Amino acid sequence: MTIQFKSITELRMLLDQKSISTSELTQESLKLVKKYKELNCFVTMNEDVSSKKANVIDQNKKTGSMLSGIPLAQKDLFCTEGLRTTCSSKILSNFIPPYTATAVKKLEDAGSITIGKTNMDEFAMGSSNETSYFGNVHNPWKKGYVPGGSSGGSAAAVAAGIVPAATGTDTGGSIRQPAAHCGITGLKPTYGRISRWGMIAFASSLDQAGSLARTAEDCAILLNTMSGHDLKDTTSLDVAVPNFLENLNNPIKGLKIGIIKEFNLSDLESEIQSRFQDSKKLYEKLGAEFVEISLPNISASVPTYYSIAPAECSSNLSRFDGVRFGHRAENTEDLNDLYIKSRSEGFGDEVKRRILIGTYALSAGYYDAYYKKAQQVRRLIKNDFDHAFKSVDLLMTPTSPNTAFAFGSKGTQNPVELYLEDLFTISSNLAGLPAISVPHGKVNSLPVGLQLIGNFLREDQLLNAAHIFQENSDFHLAKPTMEDFS
Amino acid sequence: MSWETVIGLETHVQLSTKTKLFSRASTAFGKSPNTNVNLVDCGLPGVLPSVNKEAFYKAIRFGMAVGAQINQTSIFDRKNYFYADLPKGYQITQMDLPIVLGGSIEITSDNSVKTINITRAHLEEDAGKSIHDQFDGYSAIDLNRAGTPLLEIVSEPEISNAKEAVAYMKAMHQLVTYLDVSDGNMAQGSLRCDANVSIRKKGASKLGTRAEIKNINSFKFIEKAINYEVKRQIKILESGEKVVQETRLYDSAKDETRPMRSKEFANDYRYFPEPDLLPVVISDQEMKEIKDNFPELPKDKEVRYEKDFKLSSYDSKILASSKSMADFFEDAAEKTKNFSLLANWMIGEISAFLNKDVIEIHESQLTPNNIAMLINRIDDHTISGKIGKSIFEEMCSTGESPDQIIESQGLRQLSDDGEIEKLINSVIKDNSKQVAAYLDGKEKLFGFFVGQVMKLTEGKANPKTVNKILKEKLKK
Repeated sequence: MTIQFKSITELRMLLDQKSISTSELTQESLKLVKKYKELNCFVTMNEDVSSKKANVIDQNKKTGSMLSGIPLAQKDLFCTEGLRTTCSSKILSNFIPPYTATAVKKLEDAGSITIGKTNMDEFAMGSSNETSYFGNVHNPWKKGYVPGGSSGGSAAAVAAGIVPAATGTDTGGSIRQPAAHCGITGLKPTYGRISRWGMIAFASSLDQAGSLARTAEDCAILLNTMSGHDLKDTTSLDVAVPNFLENLNNPIKGLKIGIIKEFNLSDLESEIQSRFQDSKKLYEKLGAEFVEISLPNISASVPTYYSIAPAECSSNLSRFDGVRFGHRAENTEDLNDLYIKSRSEGFGDEVKRRILIGTYALSAGYYDAYYKKAQQVRRLIKNDFDHAFKSVDLLMTPTSPNTAFAFGSKGTQNPVELYLEDLFTISSNLAGLPAISVPHGKVNSLPVGLQLIGNFLREDQLLNAAHIFQENSDFHLAKPTMEDFS
Repeated sequence: MSWETVIGLETHVQLSTKTKLFSRASTAFGKSPNTNVNLVDCGLPGVLPSVNKEAFYKAIRFGMAVGAQINQTSIFDRKNYFYADLPKGYQITQMDLPIVLGGSIEITSDNSVKTINITRAHLEEDAGKSIHDQFDGYSAIDLNRAGTPLLEIVSEPEISNAKEAVAYMKAMHQLVTYLDVSDGNMAQGSLRCDANVSIRKKGASKLGTRAEIKNINSFKFIEKAINYEVKRQIKILESGEKVVQETRLYDSAKDETRPMRSKEFANDYRYFPEPDLLPVVISDQEMKEIKDNFPELPKDKEVRYEKDFKLSSYDSKILASSKSMADFFEDAAEKTKNFSLLANWMIGEISAFLNKDVIEIHESQLTPNNIAMLINRIDDHTISGKIGKSIFEEMCSTGESPDQIIESQGLRQLSDDGEIEKLINSVIKDNSKQVAAYLDGKEKLFGFFVGQVMKLTEGKANPKTVNKILKEKLKK
């Protein structure tokens, strides 16, 4: 029996009906990894441990949780005890953490099986997965095309049907944009909904763990497990976690959806506009109401983000100095030389670029003009959202201004070109709001995504709207042929 | 030309919390390298700080004691710089909003009292330690200290000379130990300071260019370092040159200050708010609890000692001046009734012994129980004061109890009249010449007879009894 392209919900049924054992499922999943090796979506495999765990689960007669026995892949910036964690960087290419990230631990405690760690943009900096030390990841829909980023390996692994779902992190769109480019569903929860403990930091005030899956329903299952306050992360929210599966099927009649006036959609490729209009019509048919709404400061999102995120990254990445762990340069003269050589050798260009930008933005004499100003603008953007959510339940945008592109075709000369990939996704990170991307058709045979942004802690509403959309469409059921890869 | 000195001190007080400021690792001193270290302390990828509120309570207690404004909302900042013993590549500290703002501390120097204002005091984490001389060709890092909570107390530039600086540090030491904010152990680095020293022409209003002397960790060195630095600056200015603003180190072996290499301090620290920590808010209820459980300060103790123990104001002041001595005294006072004898011993023998060995009382072998027992044995005439002193010496070196020493060495005082009379009889018999001389009027010889009796009893005879019986015998 092929388990490829099955959702968590479907696999759960197969397991519960004993149509397949956990071991068989795990082995099938591991086989698919090998079969599609060329996709390059995994950096490190966890074969032995996952096989053993699968056996244990099979022997244990008790019925487990929803996730028991489900194979998952973890983005390689979640620390996993005893399993190499690289952030797709040379500087961590030999790093084996002594502990496991809270988000992953919760998934594993629920019985899921981590089959491996997925490729990503180095330290999550990038939108195409091309900054990885471990090479490009192919988009399962088209060889030689990017899967998006930074959670590109996770998105490709799910899109190729190797695992039903994978973890990701989203600092400026790193879950939603690759989900859109790979034709799957990606959820970035509210900032603080899931603990950041064990998640290797890029930009602390923006980083958020989430999931990439085949359906909104599966995202709800994962969110149920991953959420919750963690004493080890003071920025995780100490709020009750609702059962996100409960309200999935609520009718959405009367749901008010805002279209952001400042995002000039007529600038986009006409086919992308058409998909957006089609989805709008579908929602209207399902009873939702649309209003145009102004978020006056949202156009400042990209520059604001590219001041704050690099500033935090420049500080967060200081610990990679070759002293205690990770890559250390050889034949160094003194401590300074050790730093310079280890970091010069260990980091890739994009990471270096952002460290430089961030260091500059925080420097004496520039702090007020860049970092502080950016934080003030961030507050204005957040206020815009607060204001908008007084009159709407959700906001809707395309996830990305375009479809997946060919390797090396974007941002190689001008990095800003690539930064604009995040135009629609960045503002919800700045405001700390939950957002989801669902597939809504194809343009030139490549998937495109629809983004819904929810109010603070209202993932329930977001998942409900996304689920109803998927119940009434079949975009999420589309599968790549994979013929170029086998 | 006449010069005046202006000094401001930045005091680093290591807070005596059980665990670190942002991790649950122990802060115990003297453990083998890198054992008091957890994931957070070594700055592993993915770790996050979490707050130890005890450190905040201690900082607030200090703030209340100096009459400062307390900021109940604490915001932290990152101070970014690279150093091998700074695991994260930044230190978490408070830049814009210190927990303690303002306040003042009273110092006594050259018999006059002066108030030194405090600018601010903020919480921050300590770095680890680099060791450069233990492994050939390598530096070693010990992260046991990394993350230990520090309160950095910044004074206004109102200190006028080295002696005042020492007095300020002594007052600080007394305060932080009394408040149980710190153990104040300077040798272990729990209390250390940076001194900002400048000089200017007497009466000038503008401050001179300052030099900052880093990391001074004893009262003696504070005085010496500042005196050296003042002389150095006077020499520079009098020769028509200019003082350079720089960071200097005091070398106690050479008794001089010298500049640190520019690399060690030429930093743009790129401060920005720590995004991994939400603001820490201390509630009004917590503030009330801190206030309600405020420890007794030296002045209150003095008054209480005079009243409760009927001690002189002089003795009370001395005993109350050191928290560890006062605690010891109070513990011992629970086990004896002769408070004045106890006080005499504390101020006399015990202080002398501690000063000689340069240790604090809690670092010695002495316990309040044993000292109380010693006082009781003198008080009930089991031993004489003189034997008491030799027992005390024994206690200091072995830690044994007075009763153990009295028993094992047979030091119990001989007070039995019949026994002593027998001894006196034999002394009189053996020294008939001296007896004759005494009876002839050479009364000085009385001491000789006492001495002989003491010699026979190895000092154990009760001197009062000896005197009494001897006088009677020699009359005859």
